[in-house]
Amino acid sequence: MSEVEHIVQIPVGPQHPMLKEPESFMIDLRGEKIDAVRMRFGYNHRGIEKGCEQRTYTQDLYLVERVCGICSYSHSTAFVQAVEEIAGLEIPPRARYIRTLVAELERIHSHLLWLGVAGHEIGFDTLLMYTWRDREQVMILLAELTGNRVNYGLNTLGGVRRDITAEQMPSILKVVNALEERTKYYIEVAQTEETLRQRLAGVGKLSKEDAARLGAVGPTARASGVDRDTRRDDPYAAYADVSFKVITDQHCDVFGRTLVRVGELMESYSIIRQLLKKIPEGPILVKAPRKIPEGEAVSRYEAPRGEDVHYVRGNGTDKPERVKVRAPTLANTQAVAKMLEDGYLADLPIVIAAIDPCFSCTDRMIGIKNPGKGERRTMSWEEVSRYGVDFYKRKGIDPSRINLRGGSAA
Amino acid sequence: MSETETVRIELETKFPFLAGAVRVQRERRLWIKAAQENCPQVFEHLVKGLGFSNLCTITGLDLGAELGFIYHLARDGGIMANLEMRCPKGQSIRTVTPLFPGASIYERELEDLLGAKVDGLPPGPRYPLPDDWPTDEHPLLKNWKKKEPSEPDAGTASGAASAPTSAAPKGETSNE
Repeated sequence: MSEVEHIVQIPVGPQHPMLKEPESFMIDLRGEKIDAVRMRFGYNHRGIEKGCEQRTYTQDLYLVERVCGICSYSHSTAFVQAVEEIAGLEIPPRARYIRTLVAELERIHSHLLWLGVAGHEIGFDTLLMYTWRDREQVMILLAELTGNRVNYGLNTLGGVRRDITAEQMPSILKVVNALEERTKYYIEVAQTEETLRQRLAGVGKLSKEDAARLGAVGPTARASGVDRDTRRDDPYAAYADVSFKVITDQHCDVFGRTLVRVGELMESYSIIRQLLKKIPEGPILVKAPRKIPEGEAVSRYEAPRGEDVHYVRGNGTDKPERVKVRAPTLANTQAVAKMLEDGYLADLPIVIAAIDPCFSCTDRMIGIKNPGKGERRTMSWEEVSRYGVDFYKRKGIDPSRINLRGGSAA
Repeated sequence: MSETETVRIELETKFPFLAGAVRVQRERRLWIKAAQENCPQVFEHLVKGLGFSNLCTITGLDLGAELGFIYHLARDGGIMANLEMRCPKGQSIRTVTPLFPGASIYERELEDLLGAKVDGLPPGPRYPLPDDWPTDEHPLLKNWKKKEPSEPDAGTASGAASAPTSAAPKGETSNE
């Protein structure tokens, strides 16, 4: 009697509770194990590249910043660097430092966010609560420095739009010091907490060869031993002026991807301290032309999720001829199918989450429309914060005792 | 001599037809223009002979009568070689998936957004346009125009105000 093949097909997505953005995975399941995965992407395609061709360079800066809610600064910087190269603009050193500073703050908020999501996917929600509470400190700091939690609107052709004041330096250091202490604790948790190790080790295997062959980038590639980091290999902004280690790991699984990200957090703190020590005085902006000459440039940028590549071609007008964006998640999706193969269905959420696919956290309202009268008014950050606290108080939860600033909450 | 310059000289020595077609834009940025028939051998030499083992992405360009393709190849040490070729619209190019299996998603993007034809691409779902998007409409072509929202197959719910006016004939309501 021949063995009957029992393969069950399970569609995961495009709308599913596991990921907060639409992607579709069709899973062939043999027993509890995944036999094959077919992926379909594009549900979030918004035509931004075409949109860029129809707008001026300055407008495009704000458009590309909205490619992604988490790595908004990555896309904005990758784009502006390419345009500046075509225009032959040399931005002031102080602007290079400020760009690097915000880039690293963005990496910190992104990696802490990931750590929480990873904890959540494996049922370790305490880790989610801890890391997201810590992350709030860097979000508040980014809002203080740039005016917003995400989509900072900081870059402009020829430099940056806001300076870092001398008074802001100590508050940056304070946040960095507090988060460094917390990250040391997370490293200890990752290395010694046996349930975490057992849940993550051996899950979502990706060999070094496969990582390189399938074009994986960022922490996903580095956790498979691929020693690649654009910040070191093709330095931009002020990365040539600071020293840092490229964190790699040989575990080739979700556990390794966790170690790489917490390790990178420590490097980011060190980079920020060096930047604050070395930041030169001077202007933050050079005058940029409205029309960008004919020419082309590729800009590479190490976003929190991996290398972000922007290609820009100018045609002598104030609008680009072509803008091409390759976000890191697109490069990593190719490796996901490999990671899932022969794994358990129950591991699917954490394996997919482990490449840190991008979703938007931009749902922050400041402009408020009065539904009755159509009036608009603006709430300050303090008002928004107080509104949130009162909202939960009415529901019987009192979060006002949580001290987000001090890091020593009850 | 810089490493980037060395790569340029190596390429021009090995492929005489590339003389004058390799440009060093700056440190770590090379731009190479090759005719379509020469492109595969240059590509293979870059990958196998010169260690450009990382295909960052493929950019497609609408150049009027032709489509342009730029293969952005990188190697350890940060050098990026951008290999550009052109192909008349309607003709097909060869896939690079035998060397880079992960490139299929970039090539599908060229097919959907620019109407490129890629020979040898393994079967799979389209990317990134919706399944019901017309196969002859390629939004990144310069002469492509967005349809007016009044047309029923405009594809999005952007004209939300006018959406529920009348039930579309065959349940073709856009429900995105």
